[in-house]
Amino acid sequence: MSATGSETKASFEPRIIAFVCNWCTYTGADLAGTSRINMAPNVRIIRLPCTGRIDTTFIIKAFERGADGVIVSGCHPADCHYTAGNYHARRRFALFHDLIEFIGIDPRRVTFSWVSASEGGKWAEIVNDATERVRSLGPFAMYPRQVASSGEQHA
Amino acid sequence: MKIGYYPGCSLHATAREYEESLKAIVSILDIELEEVRDWACCGATSAHATNRFLSVALPARTLMLAERQKLNRILAPCAACYNRLASAHHAISRDKKIAARVQSILGSDFDNSVGIVSIAELLSEVTATIRQKAKAPLTGLKVACYYGCLLVRPPDVCGFDDAEAPNSLESIVSAAGATPVKWSMALECCGGGFSLSRTGSVVRLGRLILQSAIDAGAQAIVVACPMCHSNLDFRQNAMNERGGIEKRMPIMFLSELVGLSLGLSPARLGLDRHFVNPSPLLEQIGAAKTAQTRGENA
Amino acid sequence: MSRIGVFICHCGENIGRTVDCARVAQSLGELPGVVHAIDYKYMCSDPGQALIKQAIQEKHLDGVVVGACSPHMHEKTFRKAAAAAGMNPFLCEMANLREHCSWIHEDRENATDKAIGLGRFIVEKIKYNHPLSPIFIPVERRALVIGAGIAGIQAALDIADGGCDVVLVEKEPSIGGHMSQLSETFPTLDCSQCILTPRMVEIAQHPRIKLLTYSEVESVEGYIGNFQVKIRKKARSIDDTLCNGCGECQKNCPNSKIPSEFDQGLGKRTAIYVPFPQAVPNIPVIDRANCALFKGRAKGVKKVVCGKCADVCGRKAINYDQQDSFVTENVGAIIVATGYQLYSVGKKQDSELLCGYGEYGYGDIPDVIDGLQFERLASASGPTGGKILRPSDHKEPKTVVFLQCIGSRDPAKGIEYCSKICCMYVAKHAMLYHHKVHGGKAVVFYMDIRAGGKGYDEFVRRAIEENHALYLRGRVSRMYRNGDTIRVHGFDTLSGEPMVIDADMVVLATAMRPQPGIASLAQKLSVSYDQHGFINEAHPKLRPVETNTAGVFVAGACQAPRDIPDSVAMASAAASKVLGLFSKELLEREPLIAHVDTATCAGCFHCERVCPYGAIVRKEIKDGRGRFIKIAAEVNPGVCQGCGTCQATCPSKSVELEGFTDEQIYAAVNAL
Repeated sequence: MSATGSETKASFEPRIIAFVCNWCTYTGADLAGTSRINMAPNVRIIRLPCTGRIDTTFIIKAFERGADGVIVSGCHPADCHYTAGNYHARRRFALFHDLIEFIGIDPRRVTFSWVSASEGGKWAEIVNDATERVRSLGPFAMYPRQVASSGEQHA
Repeated sequence: MKIGYYPGCSLHATAREYEESLKAIVSILDIELEEVRDWACCGATSAHATNRFLSVALPARTLMLAERQKLNRILAPCAACYNRLASAHHAISRDKKIAARVQSILGSDFDNSVGIVSIAELLSEVTATIRQKAKAPLTGLKVACYYGCLLVRPPDVCGFDDAEAPNSLESIVSAAGATPVKWSMALECCGGGFSLSRTGSVVRLGRLILQSAIDAGAQAIVVACPMCHSNLDFRQNAMNERGGIEKRMPIMFLSELVGLSLGLSPARLGLDRHFVNPSPLLEQIGAAKTAQTRGENA
Repeated sequence: MSRIGVFICHCGENIGRTVDCARVAQSLGELPGVVHAIDYKYMCSDPGQALIKQAIQEKHLDGVVVGACSPHMHEKTFRKAAAAAGMNPFLCEMANLREHCSWIHEDRENATDKAIGLGRFIVEKIKYNHPLSPIFIPVERRALVIGAGIAGIQAALDIADGGCDVVLVEKEPSIGGHMSQLSETFPTLDCSQCILTPRMVEIAQHPRIKLLTYSEVESVEGYIGNFQVKIRKKARSIDDTLCNGCGECQKNCPNSKIPSEFDQGLGKRTAIYVPFPQAVPNIPVIDRANCALFKGRAKGVKKVVCGKCADVCGRKAINYDQQDSFVTENVGAIIVATGYQLYSVGKKQDSELLCGYGEYGYGDIPDVIDGLQFERLASASGPTGGKILRPSDHKEPKTVVFLQCIGSRDPAKGIEYCSKICCMYVAKHAMLYHHKVHGGKAVVFYMDIRAGGKGYDEFVRRAIEENHALYLRGRVSRMYRNGDTIRVHGFDTLSGEPMVIDADMVVLATAMRPQPGIASLAQKLSVSYDQHGFINEAHPKLRPVETNTAGVFVAGACQAPRDIPDSVAMASAAASKVLGLFSKELLEREPLIAHVDTATCAGCFHCERVCPYGAIVRKEIKDGRGRFIKIAAEVNPGVCQGCGTCQATCPSKSVELEGFTDEQIYAAVNAL
């Protein structure tokens, strides 16, 4: 990955973390893989059982740790594997949206989506759209990028 | 309402009655037409049969002019012109390469923001007004509504009515008090631009259309395209001569039919320019008399 | 300090071609806590797994990260290997370097960097993994089968014959599904009812099968091994314990003009009716929407209108006041076998994705019918007694045109898939027509012939060679009524000629779709479905009869278009999965569930409110001497499904989800 801070907007490769639910979006992303759908390499997935598990602090932590954008994605309403987790996520996210704007993170950096297990193509679209959107917003510069305490470098 | 107006070549030439009747009815229907200044030919069949890019750029120029005139919609009464303008609009909005080339040829900024409506779409918006202002509703007149190839197809380009089973003309004809008949040739081709180069085919196709209208009990056919009109009206003699069609079936433009129901005289509507004289039919349904006795709107 | 082993798989060329696996292994090997890092061609193979086991034992690993395919593919495989080597399987995790990396990127640099990043997430996470023991829960050795068409019937019989009880639910008044409507079945031309009805009787008589007809699933709670299913038994208006199926009520019903659903609208039935003579159960139902008595009640008429059926019923079995009732069944497994419906060419569609065929008249041209309607004409028990007579004037059609692929394989109409059965049943229809109408001409418009089963291609050849059906490769652009006939405009692409045929009757082979209401049923079961409504299988190749919801299986045409032999095979497969599930006394469950730290729990019970399964219970906390301290939350390990909503909601972070604790997730995020 290129160095931080000195990148211009044009050449900058955004770093995006995606918190996705295991049953729908993770499987949908697997399907995108099985279907060999090409997409931007900027998104790294962290698997969770359900979007209901997502604490909004994860998102803030992600920005703190060097992410330029965050994607949160789960099952479509009414299709949650655990019946209601995605509704809780949606409500949490609605409140969170106002909060991140308040603390100075551009809400366009955070994407909230529903991707089902059969929507490999949609996942690719979301990855590509989010990457381009965050790219046009430039690197996230609010918090200095922290180097992990064990002294490792970011690759 | 105000709407842009693109007459196209034929409305100022072989289909003058189409423009005459259109201009006669719009004032009654509270529609103001603003002609696009310096419009040029849409390219018709010749352009798209020879050069794809030309077939997009020519109509695009008209759309650009309309945009400059701050018109957000234009009416193209000729179905072929309508289809070419709408196709150009569609191609530019879908294909970035074409849009870029058009932009460079036109040499000016062009947002492709102007919408194009056919006469069917426009009059569908005012059927209530037609019904209300019909001083001489055409009660008892059985009409076959002929759409031809270009009025509602392709569905992605036209985006209006049903491409396989349309009914916009029927609702306008009903608003005028006439009775649309159920028939099967509404969307079949009349031969289009082959009138001179393949006259035999045009006559054959026209004969099928006419026979079907006759079998369905129609007394007249209503059209929205000068080409269709010409093929069905001008060529009816040939259909008669080469055998098959006995009756004479008047072919009317939609604006003429609506004009009759609004109480305008046949002469005012240009109905005396047709090859197949509609007067016998009009007398039969008392339209001519009604128009004479009730006078006409300026 | 951790002792983590990293194993990067090349997966042959699948990962290795795009990702520099050696570099990934090397880079991850430099992370603190990683004591072993290698790459290998096929980690899931025996030698590959041996490498893992060896490393665990030799290097005393306390964590294993396998960078390979999706965990959905092989997490179980590697966990088993780890367990075999003596390590707790929950200390083994996978990084998805294939589906989420090598298969979606082309640039080697980018893909390798990303692979290292993904690997790092898991390495840092695993430092916080706990060893976990599986949870054992009891299994209710009873199955629920939803849908009693041929697939549901087969599955129910297999499970019942395997020694377990079955509850079979069917929404129609009789079991049998669409197969009971068919005349003959391909490729044997067996009489459909003749092979089906013995099975139907077996269902009715089987001691282990509880049959609930005219019933629908209302709600489903619970989880694998322990489902509670509430079923609505719709009111037949007949007391089924008294009715003896004599049929007097039907004979005397004054309203006999109602279009019969069983005859696909071609025949008529009475308001009190049994759908067909061989119905199981042979108990009628009153169609309240069309019954004079109920229509009178709805209008508020005080006098009893009609009531003929109650008058003639010798057993006093009619009950006009019967209401829907509910039963709750406890089952351990569920099989969805709800079958199909046919796509309609009409203008009004029940899905935004679909479009009708205006070019074929939107279904309004009389004598243009679909495949099921043709079956009813051909069927000896049908409205025409098995004679092929056209619906409009009951004349024998001398020219019949069959159209294949109506809706199917047509993205413009909203259905891009092939419906699989139509090529075969059109050939069958052409044959039956030839047998029944002497001198009749059958013309088939097709795009391709898909006859891949055993004896299938030979069957189609027979229709062409022996039964003289004219097969034209081309489509029909339009059809319309032309006097007494239907003019069909088609094209024969092999000869290059347009074909205009004046047909007496046209039969459309319309697409197969899942039944209406499938989305709502799937949501009740928490199973996923695609944009057409077909139930999603867990894996198309390796797990075709399971869904992603543990304990819910699928069989038949509700998963994809399918013919009878394949539906029966799939039903037996699903039944065998169920019997396998029931073969154990206790079910082993993954222990990735939530756990409350009662020391910090304040007893606010937000978690209780948000838990979708009601897995949180209230527990009294007492001190060493038995004195009450507080009430705290506790997770019922049998019920918790591991979604983690409680943890995200808990203000004091007292509840943790094993496998996805805050520590683990923050460790992964910190590794960005």
